[in-house]
Amino acid sequence: MTITTGKKKQKIDRLSELAAREDERGVSLWQEAFRRLRRNPAAIVGTVILAIFVLVAVVGPFLVPYSPTDTIGIRDGLIKPGVIPGIDGDHWLGYDHQGRDEFSRLIVGARQTLLVGVVSTLIGLAVGALIGGVAGAAAGLGGRWGRWIDSILMRFIDMMLALPSLLLAVSIAALLGASLTTVMIAVGVVSVPVFARLLRGSMISQANSDYVLAATSLGVKKPKIALSHVVPNSLAPVIVQATLTLATAIIEAAALSFLGLGNPDTSVPEWGVMLADAQQYIDIRPGLAVYPAVAIIITALGFTLLGEAMREALDPKLRK
Amino acid sequence: MALLEVDDLSVTFSRRGQRTVHAVDGVSFSVDAGEVVGLVGESGCGKSVTSLAIMGLLPKQPGLRVGGKAVFDGTDLLQLDDRSRRDIRGRDVAMIFQDPLSSLNPVIPIGLQVTEVLTRHRGMKGAAAEKEAASLLDRVGIPDPKRRLKEYPHQLSGGMRQRALIAMAVACQPRLLIADEPTTALDVTIQAQILELLKDLVRDSGTALVMITHDLGVVAGMCDTVNVLYAGRVVETARRRPLFREPRHPYTVGLLGSVPRLDAGRGERLNPIPGSVRDVLPWPDGCAFAPRCTRRVDECVGEPPELVLAHDGRSYRCVNPAPVPGLTPAEDVRAVVPTDAQPGSVPAQAVPDDPPTVPGLGPAPREEEKP
Repeated sequence: MTITTGKKKQKIDRLSELAAREDERGVSLWQEAFRRLRRNPAAIVGTVILAIFVLVAVVGPFLVPYSPTDTIGIRDGLIKPGVIPGIDGDHWLGYDHQGRDEFSRLIVGARQTLLVGVVSTLIGLAVGALIGGVAGAAAGLGGRWGRWIDSILMRFIDMMLALPSLLLAVSIAALLGASLTTVMIAVGVVSVPVFARLLRGSMISQANSDYVLAATSLGVKKPKIALSHVVPNSLAPVIVQATLTLATAIIEAAALSFLGLGNPDTSVPEWGVMLADAQQYIDIRPGLAVYPAVAIIITALGFTLLGEAMREALDPKLRK
Repeated sequence: MALLEVDDLSVTFSRRGQRTVHAVDGVSFSVDAGEVVGLVGESGCGKSVTSLAIMGLLPKQPGLRVGGKAVFDGTDLLQLDDRSRRDIRGRDVAMIFQDPLSSLNPVIPIGLQVTEVLTRHRGMKGAAAEKEAASLLDRVGIPDPKRRLKEYPHQLSGGMRQRALIAMAVACQPRLLIADEPTTALDVTIQAQILELLKDLVRDSGTALVMITHDLGVVAGMCDTVNVLYAGRVVETARRRPLFREPRHPYTVGLLGSVPRLDAGRGERLNPIPGSVRDVLPWPDGCAFAPRCTRRVDECVGEPPELVLAHDGRSYRCVNPAPVPGLTPAEDVRAVVPTDAQPGSVPAQAVPDDPPTVPGLGPAPREEEKP
């Protein structure tokens, strides 16, 4: 009897300790958003898709049954003009037009696709946030000179927006010459105006808020207000946009590869290149176009689901 | 010399194609060290704009004109450059705002927001700043301050948030505190606590307090001197007791009359001031309150009423003020109208509406619109 009550007491004590510990830390807006995210089924589906994608991209190349560059089909004489063999027991998705194992190429291609998506989004985010941040801070807090700076930067952004995004990407890629870096830069540059405008608008609206007025009334300097008050409050939409941009970046990178402006080193498989190659054989083996397309769609879907869920979680107005 | 001397402060917003708005139209008042001065009036009478103008916090936009003087301890706050104004803000003059939730940054813990002020003006950093912040929170009555420092604004109750804002405002022991309706967003019991806290702070530190409010209960509980504003001008200035005992300006009378009373009989209706604050006469055309006034006479329209300085140091802007109880109406009229020839008092003409302008520092030219 005494032992059980003792145990119970211990248990209660431990629980109260745990409860108290949780109380000690403040719950920030981000933590609160994360909590909401965990309850959203769309966010969970998106996260699972992305987790699988990242896992495949990281460890996939070590686990594939065949080398993605090994032209097994040609060696074995399976590839003849007008004939590309389909699925058999060892080759789960069949061969591509050069007799390479389609499944292995798809798996290995995930890494390249992820790399292009992430790096180009980061390029766009970094440049866009820099331009947008400067413009937003200047417009919101900088007075007359600030409005000038903002005007100049935003007209530049408007010029970029005036061109259709794919056309802009194609022009950049054509100017710089086909390479993997080119694809990343071109796709990144295309997303710059979106990030810039988003951060700027968000910062300007935050600059008119009461807490900025309160901080000003306490003599806090403008750069400090911009960095420690305005920017942290303006980041949420930008981060959401980054997630959504990852999806479009992957699709745009695929489009560039499709147009032949992608990585010229064809030994490294990439979903966009695979899609581009498959178009010539679409009447013989439509599957070759379908597999990378489905992979791109599922990945983009994962990013979009997560992005939309994050938007909902971070924006109290969209909450039900 | 008073700590803050606001002299003929005027704020106008003009926009092409629209009427020029005289938000503040020649407001003058003074605040002594350790004194609590009330600025009272209904919404839209220019209370908040006055305070923002003094702090230099009005949004810089074309069409905004601030005229007059606001001399704080020998320096005209309106003439300062941005840098010295920033140095004064928070260190010598601080402000408490109406809505404590939106006035705190939602993504930063309270502690950081308090230490930010300490770092800015007192050069405190790290553990020292944190310790000082905790003692500040303790001083404004926030229990368990160490824990609260790590919390975010949305985790605090409304009263706590206002206490935190007050802690930030008094962090550098400013000599002047401007409270812009600090209790409007709070419920009644919390209001009382916050007012009590402000009173304690003023008493303990000798800080002067400008209390901006529309709540006469707050005025009765806090203020030493009261300035009643209407349509951007001070219409009556008096010490608290005389104001409540014998209001002279019909607007003050109306304000006091519209306060619900506990000793009123059942079913007795409140006496609102008829009309709304939009029914104003432009000051140059006479008394702005005339359209709503119950004591209106013919002299009210045509010429703006001068500020009349009465014998007991109070002043009002009215040609037909409410009679003082105890005096017969005849005596009162003789005492006040038309020249207010009380012994020791200044003749009304000697207190012109617009004080003489100082060269170079004069009020901005006022654009009175001509029809």
